[in-house]
Amino acid sequence: MPILTADMSAGTLVAWHKQAGDAVKRGESVALVETDKGLIDVEIFVAGVIEKLLVEPGTTVPTGTPLAIVREAGGIAAAAGVAAAPPPAPRVAPPPVRPAVGSGRLKISPLARKLAADLGIDPGSVRGTGPGGVIRREDIEAAAAARSAGAPRTGLDRQGRLRQAIGAAMARSKREIPHYYLSHTIDMHRATAWLADENLQRPVTDRLLYGVLLIKAVALSLREVPELNAVWRGPEALPSEGVHIGVAISLRGGGLVAPALHDADRRSVTDLMRGLRDLVKRARGGGLKSSELSEPTITVTSLGEQGVESVLGVIFPPQVAIVGFGKLVERPWSVEGRIVSRPVITATLSADHRVSDGHRGSVFLDALDRRLQEPAAL
Amino acid sequence: MTREEVEAEVLRALGEVAPEADLASIRHDVGFREQLDLDSMDVLNFVIGLHSALGVEIPEADYPKLATLDGCVGYLLAATSERLA
Repeated sequence: MPILTADMSAGTLVAWHKQAGDAVKRGESVALVETDKGLIDVEIFVAGVIEKLLVEPGTTVPTGTPLAIVREAGGIAAAAGVAAAPPPAPRVAPPPVRPAVGSGRLKISPLARKLAADLGIDPGSVRGTGPGGVIRREDIEAAAAARSAGAPRTGLDRQGRLRQAIGAAMARSKREIPHYYLSHTIDMHRATAWLADENLQRPVTDRLLYGVLLIKAVALSLREVPELNAVWRGPEALPSEGVHIGVAISLRGGGLVAPALHDADRRSVTDLMRGLRDLVKRARGGGLKSSELSEPTITVTSLGEQGVESVLGVIFPPQVAIVGFGKLVERPWSVEGRIVSRPVITATLSADHRVSDGHRGSVFLDALDRRLQEPAAL
Repeated sequence: MTREEVEAEVLRALGEVAPEADLASIRHDVGFREQLDLDSMDVLNFVIGLHSALGVEIPEADYPKLATLDGCVGYLLAATSERLA
């Protein structure tokens, strides 16, 4: 069971797309898994033949549990089997040393004790994975997530579990990541005028939203400040070769998910728009792929539709930055000594101070502004 | 097409983008966005749904005319009768 979201600790196998004896290709969807973020197609990262399925549909298993045995194309049976998606966060949990319960005083870190109280978890029921079986913060988070995963699948509970998963990821982000914040107001009149002209010539099915221009401009600007397009792997934040933009999509009834638009810097705005429409549809209706959830290298969030002018995002671990956009608004704007009315947007950057600083962040926002003044080049 | 037929198509297209909505309780004179919390992607998909069902070309500049059920039905009635004329 792959880790598909930052704080996922268990998932329910809903259905197999393949059976024992079937050949599989790298990148192929092999199973449907339910997580707090919805139904997700799990892709396989080796080519070969499925030798044995290890988990029955309907079963909830912890992350890291082998789902199947695959004989790789070279003839080697991979016991770890499918679901070899790279985990999004360094969450290497060593096997439990011994339970911390039943031996007198409970061995638990102060942070874990507080978190347990906050989440309503009985620490006495949690197995510690720290030195000497000490219960650590991660154990409490895992217990909370497992409790959620095992809850009945009603609509209300599902919302509750989603909220809990988001809360756990965001709380961890705010605890561990030293955020800094920058904001910059951008004149959008060239971009909106270009968009209006462009959409006049397009069939309705290929029309663009200005949001896709923002995504493309972010992707291109990251080439100038590549350290913002990075993910933590162990102790290091490694710049990513691809620009995979996690697009924050609000779900009907509450909650959000941020699947990746892959290689956003190299795709045309038309192609990105099609990808975005497809992503929104699947995020809200089910059918996201495991790689889409585990591979974003930076997130873009836009709350503009909700009528606010700026949003200061919380970084989604293991990423190191999130870009926010507010509502497009008409404002007085000074142009060559004259005050004119212009559509403007407030772009913000929340970034990890361990990886970059305000100067580099401002270089990024400056590049973003510059890109949006040349919409035809996006 | 009759007003009732056009309205039924509008509600069907709306149900596609907001499946959780109680379509029977949609107020005719209040904006869809306010009632159903639609974003710009929903609006685009709604317009694409209307285009597919009714064959009407809806320029982007006319989107504001589609903001309410009454506005939408009036606009589409005019557009479909023009197309048939």
